[in-house]
Amino acid sequence: MIEALFGPFAEFSFLRRALVGCLALSVSAAPLGMVLMLRRMSLTGDVLAHGILPGVAAGFLVGGVSVVALAAGGLAGGLAVALGAGALSRATGGREDASLAAAYLVALAFGVALVSTVADSVEVMALLFGSVLGVDDAALLLMCGVATLTLFVLAFAWRPLVLECFDPGFAAAEGARGGLWHLVFLALVVLNVVAAIAALGTLMAVGLLMLPAIAARHWAAEVAGIAKVAAGIGAGASVLGLLISYHADLPSGPAIVLAAGAAWAVSVGAGPVDSLLVRFARRRHLAG
Amino acid sequence: MAPPAIRIENLTVVHGRRPAVHHLSGSVAAGSLTAIVGPNGAGKTTLLRAIAGLHPPAEGRVSLAGRVALLPQAAALDRGFPISCRDVVLLGLWGRVGAFAPMPPDAAERAEAALAAVGLSGFARRPVGTLSAGQFQRLLFARLLLQDAPILLLDEPFTAVDARTAADLLAIIRRWHGEGRTILAVLHDLDLVRAEFPEALLLAREAIAWGPTEQALSAGNRLRARMMAEAWDDTAAACARDAA
Repeated sequence: MIEALFGPFAEFSFLRRALVGCLALSVSAAPLGMVLMLRRMSLTGDVLAHGILPGVAAGFLVGGVSVVALAAGGLAGGLAVALGAGALSRATGGREDASLAAAYLVALAFGVALVSTVADSVEVMALLFGSVLGVDDAALLLMCGVATLTLFVLAFAWRPLVLECFDPGFAAAEGARGGLWHLVFLALVVLNVVAAIAALGTLMAVGLLMLPAIAARHWAAEVAGIAKVAAGIGAGASVLGLLISYHADLPSGPAIVLAAGAAWAVSVGAGPVDSLLVRFARRRHLAG
Repeated sequence: MAPPAIRIENLTVVHGRRPAVHHLSGSVAAGSLTAIVGPNGAGKTTLLRAIAGLHPPAEGRVSLAGRVALLPQAAALDRGFPISCRDVVLLGLWGRVGAFAPMPPDAAERAEAALAAVGLSGFARRPVGTLSAGQFQRLLFARLLLQDAPILLLDEPFTAVDARTAADLLAIIRRWHGEGRTILAVLHDLDLVRAEFPEALLLAREAIAWGPTEQALSAGNRLRARMMAEAWDDTAAACARDAA
């Protein structure tokens, strides 16, 4: 048992790197996912992750499997989709979800087409679904660097971000520059998704962003509590997912996301806030 | 005579190209208590948002003699948001504290006092999701208390609250009036307006009447306001009115 839990990490340095990187990203992605959820933008993370693929593919064409090339391409692609779709929808009469859906479908198809012309199927699988073998020193530095930067920026931007989520009208009336902070926030989301690509793949990178936050909603009643619980769930899912990936020989991305998904299932079923258990448990009502 | 708290000059605010507020001019005396009345779609909310600086005017200007605080329509907010009552009230300090400065040491006490003043003692740690519609409106009033602004814009403060809550909130408005603040409130209950608000603006995109409440809300004026609001010309040309 002990051997099954710790053995793989003790034995293989690539697993240790993947673990450290994923733990770092769990902490930084959790509050970002929470803000996305609270702004009813849960699907935006998905759109970003798909939008990143053509950029990553272009980076792959230019630089091969190099973290720098992949990250630069992904960053450009993700920001283009995030800002472009938003601007397009505002210019053409709302319906942001429609513009985002159109943009990400095209981006995903384009990216897969681009990658499959040059890469073999193993590389395509790694790019789409992640591979623990992909976490080299450069990828680890990227993950930890992004996590550090994210936490610093969030420490400064926490108050305006939460205000902009809760009451954008008040934020505007008080001159809180909600729009500016929102752009900073979107850039952080893209950075986190890009950093997670090596371990989770472009299609699964958003899992570590959204699932822990959505699960944590059922454990805490305030934003600070939700962010902390989400970080914990993300870290737990990272450890469990990497072990599953190692023992069951699965791609690491789906393994980690499935672990986070299990945490979500437990949370939505039995968490203390707004869960199915709370909804349907027949407990005697209180006296007052 | 004291300078007006709010001066509105030839203000036009549009949604698309359609004017929601059309060539409105006038002023609100400092320390006055004014009701804005008018049919749905008359531009009442848009006018408040324009005064608060949330909706840039297409033409004309608004000048203010002090800070404004806006009470938005409660229905516009996400009442299930995971935030405590105390934190919502503390948002009222934003104007002084901003995004980065630490909270003043007496912030928690002031939040507690504001909650007590609106009848929500002991609610500080409760999440807003547990509040009723009336309690949520009381909470927004507590935030206004902390904002401590000389000019207050209230958008339908008594909508969807019971008589008891309305009476309590009205008492707070009277207190603000007594303190010499300038208050502008969008209201639908004409009996309440006649009883409590000395001044009224009857709005139907343009000012139908603006002055002492009894004259402003005469039957003739109200009929004119209704006709104006219902008139909607699909073939309207660009407005050529002199931008005087």
